[in-house]
Amino acid sequence: MPQTQPILALKEVYVSYGSVRALKGVTIEAQEGELVALLGANGAGKTTTLMAISGILRPRSGSIAYRGHDLAKMKSDAIVQLGVMQCPEGRHIFGALSVLENLQMGAVSRKDRQSIQQELERVLSLFPILKQRIRQTSGTLSGGEQQMLAVGRALMARPSLLMLDEPSLGLAPLIVESIFNVIQQLHNQGMTILLVEQNARQALLVANHAYVLETGQIKLSGKAEELRTNPEVQRLYLGG
Amino acid sequence: MTTFGNLLQQLINAISMGSSYALMAIGLAMVFGILRLINFAHGDLIMVGSYTVLFLQLAGAPFWVAALVGIAATTLAGLIMERVAYRPIRGAPAIDMLLTSFAVGIFLENVAILIFTPISRAFPAPAVMTQVLQYGALRISSLDLITTGVTFISLVLLTLFVTHTKVGISMRAVSEDSLGARLTGINVNTVIVAAFAIGSMLAGVSGLLWSARIGKVDPLMGFYPGLKAFIAAVIGGMGSLSGAVLGAYILGFLEVLFQGLLPASLAPFRDAFVFLALIVLLLFRPNGILGRPDTEKI
Repeated sequence: MPQTQPILALKEVYVSYGSVRALKGVTIEAQEGELVALLGANGAGKTTTLMAISGILRPRSGSIAYRGHDLAKMKSDAIVQLGVMQCPEGRHIFGALSVLENLQMGAVSRKDRQSIQQELERVLSLFPILKQRIRQTSGTLSGGEQQMLAVGRALMARPSLLMLDEPSLGLAPLIVESIFNVIQQLHNQGMTILLVEQNARQALLVANHAYVLETGQIKLSGKAEELRTNPEVQRLYLGG
Repeated sequence: MTTFGNLLQQLINAISMGSSYALMAIGLAMVFGILRLINFAHGDLIMVGSYTVLFLQLAGAPFWVAALVGIAATTLAGLIMERVAYRPIRGAPAIDMLLTSFAVGIFLENVAILIFTPISRAFPAPAVMTQVLQYGALRISSLDLITTGVTFISLVLLTLFVTHTKVGISMRAVSEDSLGARLTGINVNTVIVAAFAIGSMLAGVSGLLWSARIGKVDPLMGFYPGLKAFIAAVIGGMGSLSGAVLGAYILGFLEVLFQGLLPASLAPFRDAFVFLALIVLLLFRPNGILGRPDTEKI
């Protein structure tokens, strides 16, 4: 397999909450334009991994390299400025702000006023429902609409690496489908995506590569189609 | 005087009192919304501003120059407070931040006592602030009108700021969901500094009007209005800006109401009745009028 320099490389990352060790030497790589899925049970360390990349949690040791920058030493807003954006689990949209204001906040780290407007139009064409609700207080949106807003807000940063944490959690099947459609579209446009999903079946269908985390360590990794047929993955994460 | 005239006069009085508290309460609510810090030293900023204005006037500066420099000094004091006292303990438990704010307040008061002595000095307010305007039977102090007008303008500007500027919207975003804000790329530091700057500036404006009202300046003068502002912010719902303003006016109205209703023998205990009413209110609305239950964020 031809290997180019990965755009994102976590090397032996350790993260602790007090005395609880959440990540025990995690090594993950993503090539530019790849869709990488991060799978695993609850508490395996998937969200912790994303929070370490986003600069919210500081690794005790190890490095997180993104295009030559060590994210482990950078502040969260500087990381977003590099183009590394996370759409977190539980959405974390600003409920008291309008839909438009939420989207504007997604572009807060950008200086280019002109293209922010273009981004806004692009996001609204991706999620037409948000256009109808643009002046509405976002706390009044339905769960599915809030998830679209969270993804839309992340896209407003025009990320070069988009991290999505459980984007389909608790949503109706139809909405899950449309969210995955958008993920597929973004992937086709060449965006590098790191996807955390409990819906392993769906994730392995769209991903190029996948990593399986178990109690803070990488248990398995490989091409998505290989993992799909891996008996252990089938038994543990695909329900047979 | 007619009953109507009397009512109108009391109403203006209540609005003016509420306005003074509102300008103070906004700063408290802003900082609390973002840092979960109850800044008990906020009231002492008034004192910093008032002494600055006093000495500049004694040195011969015209009032408006002294006033502008005084507001700038208050803003600067608030920023120094943030940098020196609160930034090092950012992220510490709320109780640590609360105790630090007491320490900052006590420190400022004692430095003022050392420099200026505890004796109060007369505050030279310009004539335009001390006039009594007479409309028929109605007597209105110009200070009440100025306080109300200045507060109204400040509130309009503040509203425009938090709804139309990047920093203003960021401020609301951080106070709503600080993790979401950091993940979105908001520079939380900028937002915190802006909150201290704006809150302190409004405290400076309020302090100026307050000194003109009480006519004197002393090292402990900020304690009482600071406490009232805190109460206003609690009634309104700690952290909510519109709540703080609403709470301030409710407090102003209750004070004037009890002042008017209580028999002469009970009038000295006005504040006790006001606080009793507030306790009852908080029994029914524990998070304040516009406050939301503080859902724990991970």
